[in-house]
Amino acid sequence: MTEGHDSGKRGWPLWEVFVRPRRGLAHQHVGSLHAPDAAMALRNARDVYTRRGEGVSIWVVPSSAIMANSPDEKDPFFDPAQDKVYRHPTFYDVPEGAKQL
Amino acid sequence: MSGVRTLPPLAAYALALGDDALILAQRLGEWVAHAPQIEEDLALANIALDLLGQARTLLSYAGEIEQAGRDEDDLAYLRDDRDFRNVQLVEIPNGDFAVTIARQLVFSAYQYELYTALLGSGDATLAGLAGKAVKEVAYHRDHAVQWVLRLGDGTDLSHARMQAGLDQVWPYTEELFDPASQLPGIAADPATLRPAWEQCVTSVLSEATLDKPEPRWRSRGGRDGLHTEHLGHLLSEMQHLHRTHPGATW
Amino acid sequence: MYGNYDPGTAGSPGGPHDQDAQQRFDQLIEADQRIEPRDWMPDAYRKTLIRQIAQHAHSEIIGMQPEGNWITRAPSLRRKAILIAKVQDEAGHGLYLYSATETLGIDREELLDRLHDGRQKYSSIFNYPTLNWADVGAIGWLVDGAAIMNQVPLCRCSYGPYARAMVRICKEESFHQRQGFDILHTLSHGTPGQKAMAQDAVNRYWWPSLMMFGPPDEESSHSAQSTAWGIKRFSNDELRQRFVDMTAPQAEILGLSLPDDDLRWNAERGHYDFGAIDWDEFARVIRGDGPCNAERLRRRRQAHDDGEWVREAAQAYADKQDKQAARQEARAS
Repeated sequence: MTEGHDSGKRGWPLWEVFVRPRRGLAHQHVGSLHAPDAAMALRNARDVYTRRGEGVSIWVVPSSAIMANSPDEKDPFFDPAQDKVYRHPTFYDVPEGAKQL
Repeated sequence: MSGVRTLPPLAAYALALGDDALILAQRLGEWVAHAPQIEEDLALANIALDLLGQARTLLSYAGEIEQAGRDEDDLAYLRDDRDFRNVQLVEIPNGDFAVTIARQLVFSAYQYELYTALLGSGDATLAGLAGKAVKEVAYHRDHAVQWVLRLGDGTDLSHARMQAGLDQVWPYTEELFDPASQLPGIAADPATLRPAWEQCVTSVLSEATLDKPEPRWRSRGGRDGLHTEHLGHLLSEMQHLHRTHPGATW
Repeated sequence: MYGNYDPGTAGSPGGPHDQDAQQRFDQLIEADQRIEPRDWMPDAYRKTLIRQIAQHAHSEIIGMQPEGNWITRAPSLRRKAILIAKVQDEAGHGLYLYSATETLGIDREELLDRLHDGRQKYSSIFNYPTLNWADVGAIGWLVDGAAIMNQVPLCRCSYGPYARAMVRICKEESFHQRQGFDILHTLSHGTPGQKAMAQDAVNRYWWPSLMMFGPPDEESSHSAQSTAWGIKRFSNDELRQRFVDMTAPQAEILGLSLPDDDLRWNAERGHYDFGAIDWDEFARVIRGDGPCNAERLRRRRQAHDDGEWVREAAQAYADKQDKQAARQEARAS
């Protein structure tokens, strides 16, 4: 068993998937999936999001790598530390020992 | 119902390849809703569908050549195990994920070489099927390779299980390369498929820190209708409903 | 700190910023616009959505079991292929929906935990067994038919990721219902044995399908708020009535009877009247006392547990590759 590394419990990281359905169009965000690494993420994305042969080109990006603004917020570029795709707690690594986060 | 021996050689050949694909599709179908991750349910179902498609084309073609009025369903559902011509590799139980992946590695790598060779077949149907199938099995092989690497070079537990999976399926690999019926220019000579297969599989095992098994026995007889005890159970399950309603359309 | 609003910029709870945010949210809902993941939203809205979308996802995943049950025994190769494709679609739909749920800031592992320990549920229809091949047809015709009735309005649900997932799902779903109808039509026009099989399936699946729309409106506690939030577009009873109106004529085409002596066209109302649903059975099955509840969850948990060593291995491999890449980079620089 892997020591101190409850990855089975924690689960594989989340990836965002972008598909360009055909030549001439831009990539479009189609959803997300879990995969242990980029190679598997690409293959899983092909199976999940292009089963009907819809995709020509696939991009996968770790969700944690995406930086975002939010146009509707008070100041859309206020705090870079806040600029993640999803605002909520579970997507960020909380430093060990940090309380009340 | 005519037996194997009375089939024209081309029909027998198509049937053998078709049975390989059909029986393996049946085994993979058992994984649905049980795979280690939902994404894997999808991947295995995808592979099963590809194989089933290959089986249907091959079985239909065999029936056409035979000209005894048998279609893909007659061949799939009304033959007894002694008339099936698949290699024994594809009929063994799924075991755990490692056994299944080990089988996928050796079999998809074989199918890749097979369909590559059949691209040049003098038979238009076989060459046409090969054109489509070679892309499918390239993906199947890649899927297996990715998993062999991860299981072989993952945790101690996964390494042990992957090695055990390989040890279990290896004795069935020789059969893949046994001489087949003589159809020069049409069938692929199995012995010629071996070197590329060996190279691919060996390099994957090495990268995955796995040992190539050295089994003390090898399977025999699948292509002649002599199977393991497992095929009977598999066919009972597969054929029962169809046989219970003779002549019915579904 | 990373919650719905940052205390540093938002001001104190209930303060001016909060009220602005609530107003903005209300305006978006009022204008039938989409709420997106980074928008401020009432905590209750978020919680309701997490529960609803996740339970929808769980339904897809659990639904793979009763249908998957017939893959190895499908009576023709064509039917086998169609069934594998259908079940594969269900896995895919589950994934789209987990993906939509995760945009609300919760991990799939947590959602699976809630499914496994019963805190979250799945559609009660999947607690019934598939006893014969015709059940596969009945599930396609009735269950997917009912699901479509629920799902099409959800394509305009207020929460963006959910609405978009539903659009994807609806595109793929219509083949499922047609497939089910086609199976039953072939059976009901086949041998006497096949016809009896089809009738038996419909007899067992009709009432549970009606129950899929949930309790009667007067007993449905969450509906008012969900409607106000644009999550629920039509009431349970409305959808149920629509379903009966759509399905009763289809049954006639199939030449199969529906097991309800009170089912008849009411010209005055312009709808079908139908009999009383056994809400005790519904409550029982929701509570866990249905034919397959324990089995469905047990097998789902088992698949997850059996797969842990595989998932861990993949993660361990990925970590090794990362370390190796880091070492190589360090050496190169």
